Amino acid sequence: MGRLQYLKNVVTLKLDVAKCTGCQRCAEVCPHGVFAIENKKARLIDLDSCMECGACQNNCPADAISVGAGVGCAQAVINGFLRRTGPDCDCSGTCCD
Amino acid sequence: MKSGDGVRAISITTHNGRQVPRIASELNRADRLGDFKVRLALGRMRYTIEPGIYAIGEPTAESPVFVSANYRLSFNRLRSGLVGHDGWILVLDTKGINVWCAAGKGTFGTEELVSRIKSVALGEIVAHRKLIVPQLGAPGISAHKVKEQSGFQVVYGPVRAKDLPAFLDGGMKATEQMRRVDFPFADRIVLIPVELISWGKHILCAAACLLVLAGLRRGGYSGRLVVSEGVRSVVILLTSYLAAGILGPALLPWLPGRAFSAKGAWIGLAISAALGLQSRPLWKSWSDRLDILAWFLMIPAVTSFVVMNFTGASTYTSLSGVRREMRIAVPAQLICAVAGFGLWLAGRFV
Ligand code: SF4
Ligand code: SF4
Repeated sequence: MGRLQYLKNVVTLKLDVAKCTGCQRCAEVCPHGVFAIENKKARLIDLDSCMECGACQNNCPADAISVGAGVGCAQAVINGFLRRTGPDCDCSGTCCD
Repeated sequence: MKSGDGVRAISITTHNGRQVPRIASELNRADRLGDFKVRLALGRMRYTIEPGIYAIGEPTAESPVFVSANYRLSFNRLRSGLVGHDGWILVLDTKGINVWCAAGKGTFGTEELVSRIKSVALGEIVAHRKLIVPQLGAPGISAHKVKEQSGFQVVYGPVRAKDLPAFLDGGMKATEQMRRVDFPFADRIVLIPVELISWGKHILCAAACLLVLAGLRRGGYSGRLVVSEGVRSVVILLTSYLAAGILGPALLPWLPGRAFSAKGAWIGLAISAALGLQSRPLWKSWSDRLDILAWFLMIPAVTSFVVMNFTGASTYTSLSGVRREMRIAVPAQLICAVAGFGLWLAGRFV
């Protein structure tokens, strides 16, 4: 059995190669190997594996990455819907551990 | 000592004469029992560690600083990854939530880290300017901003604390494998109890309703039906819930489909099919046919919903993806559940 993969063609991650300085931070922080650095530039090698955690965006010193960061949690989406707020992870640490 | 439940601490004196609580890196039996209780969600919220600075082993001003959350399991995992090493642990106030969740919420974040560095006067305790932050904390941290605001350089440590010794011995270099998050069988299995407890109350309520309503029949109410049909319905409902809560996580990679709701629906269809075959001799009357059809709708609705909720515990689902699958799955689950329940109820009266 290969790696677990979630839905295709849905993530909001965008990379602005022009701004990238090739510092490698994104490749370092990404838990799913979405980036590779080639010729001093970041490249998206596995976009569908992105879980939109936002680590790359927050750690890119050149502001070259944008992603609608959030937690991929159905319960949070339901909570947000019921309370008319955004997705609200209310799991007190019981989720991703 | 105010260091939280079950974490024993004595003190160590730093080079500049400050007292810092010192904790053992080996976990003893009380620690392990405590961790087990956290897993079962028994009094989970009490299992916090007082934020601040802790010593592990015999650290000096040159020893590395590790950043952690004040969630007991995060803290203890870091401790056991550091057996035989000397260092400092900087515990952030994440409201008792683990590093990854807290990073997502921003409580394990740049602001808290910078202010904690200042409030414990970390710059006086250590001579170097380096922090080892768990990689899973990266969603909440901007390494370059931490550097700007505190002078400390963030080095991202491995995802799993058990890789810490290799990371430290390798000159603070993480291998590709140490940087990757996966979701192996053992990790999925330990999440089952919490998953089952989270919707358990609702399911028991639903089961109680079925039990009471099962006594309805044309022109009255029958206690005998409660015992036969009611108990049967409760057993089917609870079996479906447990099957989804256990098999969903256990068989995740092998269940067809990428969407969790689809994976869950398959479990329900399998149960419905088994139930349909098992009760085939009964298909003669209309009330039996309605009953089978009702369960064919209700069971997959329940199992699909339960497994869909496992997205939150998984380590690879994106918010955009969850939203996309929910747009289809939730209405489908609702329609099936309501229609199934309607048929089940109608079956009482034909
Ligand atoms: S973190 Fe930003 S600047 Fe650095 S390599 Fe990645 S995209 Fe480029
Ligand atoms: S958002 Fe997270 S998972 Fe997606 S590319 Fe960035 S670091 Fe990787």
